[in-house]
Amino acid sequence: MGLIDNINKLFDHRIRLGIMSILMVNEEVDFTRLKELLGLTDGNLASHLKTLEKAEYLSIEKRFVGRKPNTRYKATKAGRTAFQKHLEALEYLIKQAENPNDNPNSK
Amino acid sequence: MESKNYLDDLSEIKDLMSRSSRFLSLSGLSGILAGLYALIGAGIAYVYLLPAEGESLRTHSTSFSLLVALLLGIAFLSIVTAIGLSYRKAKKNGENIWDATTTRLLINFAVPLLTGGIYILIKIQSDHFGLTGALMLIFYGLALVNASKYTLGQVRYLGYIEIVLGLFCAAFPGHGFWFWTLGFGVMHILYGGLMYQKERQG
Repeated sequence: MGLIDNINKLFDHRIRLGIMSILMVNEEVDFTRLKELLGLTDGNLASHLKTLEKAEYLSIEKRFVGRKPNTRYKATKAGRTAFQKHLEALEYLIKQAENPNDNPNSK
Repeated sequence: MESKNYLDDLSEIKDLMSRSSRFLSLSGLSGILAGLYALIGAGIAYVYLLPAEGESLRTHSTSFSLLVALLLGIAFLSIVTAIGLSYRKAKKNGENIWDATTTRLLINFAVPLLTGGIYILIKIQSDHFGLTGALMLIFYGLALVNASKYTLGQVRYLGYIEIVLGLFCAAFPGHGFWFWTLGFGVMHILYGGLMYQKERQG
């Protein structure tokens, strides 16, 4: 039953799942771009980013573009692994739901 | 109930992954029109500009300059059409036409294409224009394959086709005109048509 344990509580939220999906396929993404893609308010996005940062799933780099502060986010190795595992668990659960008679141990 | 949610999760992940990394506003219609321009251009060249049987093209003749102008005209029209139609599609889908994906797509498309273009111009300077058709096809194909990671993935297969046509074109000198017409005209229309059909199905 190890696979179900991999359902990650942190990713059991649409917005955090969205943030990680974007970071998985982009080397680094800045705050504005995340906001644009996810259609969120500043505060909402920031709080979810904070949660992911605390789990060390993403790293933050602050710099200035001209005079404007610009914050960029990157998925860490731990974040990538966790996300990958979460995906596998999702896949497994969906397969289970489609073929409930399949014995999971027969594989 | 639960699994329905998980399915939604998966499609959300897929959607965000492609929306954040690929430029999806390309329209198949651009391909169809680019192919038409190429065919019309090829027709004009065939009737008015290509040398008669037994004669050869000279780099400093009027018809050579006109041929180059015609090629540039086709390229220009195709680019303007692609930009215009992408703009329309982006607007319709409520997306930004200019974001990180646009820059990435343009850079990755332009590097092989400009390299090829400059190389061809250098060769023409020294009267080596025999392989121009093949080189155009090959470098355009490479540019498409390279760009396909940053836009609609199917573009890759058009790239492969153009590269193979370019290699055949190099292997059968003297038929460059027909390979060019096939690659830039017919293939664009076929491929653009397929993509356009997919788009309409949603």
